[in-house]
Amino acid sequence: MSIFADRNSTVIVQGITGRDGSFHARQMIEYGTRIVAGVTPGKGGQTFESVVPIFNTVADAVQATGANTSVIYVPPMFAADAIMEAADSGIAFIVAITEGVPVLDMARVYPYVKERGARLLGANCPGIITPGQAKVGIIPGRICASGSVGVVSRSGTLTYEVVYQLTRAGIGQSTCVGIGGDPISGTNFIDCLAAFEADAETKVVCMMGEIGGTDEQEAATFVREHMSKPVVGFIAGQTAPPGRRMGHAGAIISGASGTAAEKIAAFQEAGMGVAKRPKDFVELVKARLNS
Amino acid sequence: MNIHEYQAKEILRAAGVPIPPGEIATTPDQAEAIARRIGKAVVVKAQVHVGGRGKAGGVKLAKSPEEAREKAQAILGMSIKGLTVQKVLVAEAADIASEAYVGIIMDRASKRPVFMVSAAGGIDIEEVAATTPEKILKLPIDPRYGLLPFQAMRLGFFLYDDLAKARAAARIMGQLYRAFVDSGCSLAEINPLVVTPAGEVVAIDAKMAIDDNELDRRSSIAVLRDESAEAPSEVQARNAGLTFIKLDGNVGCCVNGAGLAMATMDLVKYYGGEPANFLDIGGSSNPEKVVNALRIITADTNVKAILFNIFGGITRTDDVANGIVTATKTNPLQVPIVIRLTGTNEELAMKILTENGFSASSDMDEAVQRAVALATGGKAA
Repeated sequence: MSIFADRNSTVIVQGITGRDGSFHARQMIEYGTRIVAGVTPGKGGQTFESVVPIFNTVADAVQATGANTSVIYVPPMFAADAIMEAADSGIAFIVAITEGVPVLDMARVYPYVKERGARLLGANCPGIITPGQAKVGIIPGRICASGSVGVVSRSGTLTYEVVYQLTRAGIGQSTCVGIGGDPISGTNFIDCLAAFEADAETKVVCMMGEIGGTDEQEAATFVREHMSKPVVGFIAGQTAPPGRRMGHAGAIISGASGTAAEKIAAFQEAGMGVAKRPKDFVELVKARLNS
Repeated sequence: MNIHEYQAKEILRAAGVPIPPGEIATTPDQAEAIARRIGKAVVVKAQVHVGGRGKAGGVKLAKSPEEAREKAQAILGMSIKGLTVQKVLVAEAADIASEAYVGIIMDRASKRPVFMVSAAGGIDIEEVAATTPEKILKLPIDPRYGLLPFQAMRLGFFLYDDLAKARAAARIMGQLYRAFVDSGCSLAEINPLVVTPAGEVVAIDAKMAIDDNELDRRSSIAVLRDESAEAPSEVQARNAGLTFIKLDGNVGCCVNGAGLAMATMDLVKYYGGEPANFLDIGGSSNPEKVVNALRIITADTNVKAILFNIFGGITRTDDVANGIVTATKTNPLQVPIVIRLTGTNEELAMKILTENGFSASSDMDEAVQRAVALATGGKAA
């Protein structure tokens, strides 16, 4: 078992002929992900690496292949359109890797995707990997191992660090999800925590947050109220200095400053394990797997 | 990207928002000339990218052109929260009967732009939010429809009972929203929005922060960046495609990815050290980026040891290794360097480093401890 992506995921790559898209398409194929089609307008009819058919539109690709998942590597100014195209074509799970998508674009995209019943991961995220089954995005496959720890994180390389340390200690993962750090993203901590709670394979969840906003505090409340499985958390930015803040609106809207201390306190109140260092995940997870 | 008050006012004025006249001055002479042109009492306001400038003495009333000159003399060159004032806005002083707050922010929680308005405007609006939240109306806007007329009127009536004033405010809300969208803002604020004794509704102060991701498609906004108002090291880093924030410690950090960069700083502190900076070289690095990163780190004379922490995903660790070798060949390091790298092309990177006399580890905790020891116990070693 796993969440959001598994061996039944049939994946199209939007932007498969671009620099990043082609590189990572190869990596995903190598990992064993079922890449069934690519989309690049104007290159319909060609093939990628002589095996993956390329289509002009997502609609064409879905019609021909029945794909249920899409991963997006198009440049930032075209990402919003690519996401909406995927949602409109009946793709159920959309993973947007692209970094630098304007927030206003995402504010328009989010309800559009939601109304069509699709799930969006990202944008500006490393994607998702269910070890041994499917990798959709850019998380390096060889640092992961199959197992029963769910991982969800706002950061890319910090996720790799923690997953790498878990794997080295012999602790495998059910699914690792990078939700991305943008202000508006398709999938948040709570979506992933709920999915891990419902996933029979997952026994313990690791969650890596960052300073800023209140997502981690809300996730902690969810853990306290809705989760039976143990969750271990970490907050990056404990030593970050307070920024030179402009304007008043930020503090008014959230009523919180989003400091690491606030978030760690919320984790503790929710009865979560708190990793002080990335390394601490190993012992904290081990203790919870064995109990 | 933050823009100055005077720039935000130019954008809002172009959108139709009533704003008392004002011009920018970089010398006391100019300030005096502007005050003379305005011909009334003026306010001389420091233009810096930081809040709380009024409380810091960066905003002064001047009743005559001569006084405007004196105030400008005092404010220009003054330091507010570490930033030197290079420009002042000289604006007509408005008579104020009441002050309101109007702001729009991109809200993570509702995933929409949210209007916030309060009849209790002015500098202590956070206090109002904390103690009497009922005095603030928060209204999320569906960006697909924009601010609808009834919503604008609702905001207007929340501020003013009088129909004419509510209408005037509603019109300003619409203009502010359009400016917010058209300029690609993450924040736009009018504080205060005032009613004059004559019953006019006008904007006295404005702030805008632009979503950096919008700049590629909004060249007219991108040119508003004032590099002279930012820390030079941060400007240099941005131009090199790096994210850099200077701190006060002595362990210079170079990391890929913001989350890992923060976690590395935290670990430096955990092991008893103090990070000298936050530096994220980002994804898909090339050797040139590393060369620039090292140049920026070593320019800080507080740095006693340099710590690289690279987890190669998109980033190729051999690129980083080549960058370190190139940079140190042209500019030999004066301080010790500790390199941790793992991930994509790790074997190749290790080979490059070893051949050039560097050693590297693949363990993050080990590397951080060594860097801290070198920075703090440098004399003993």
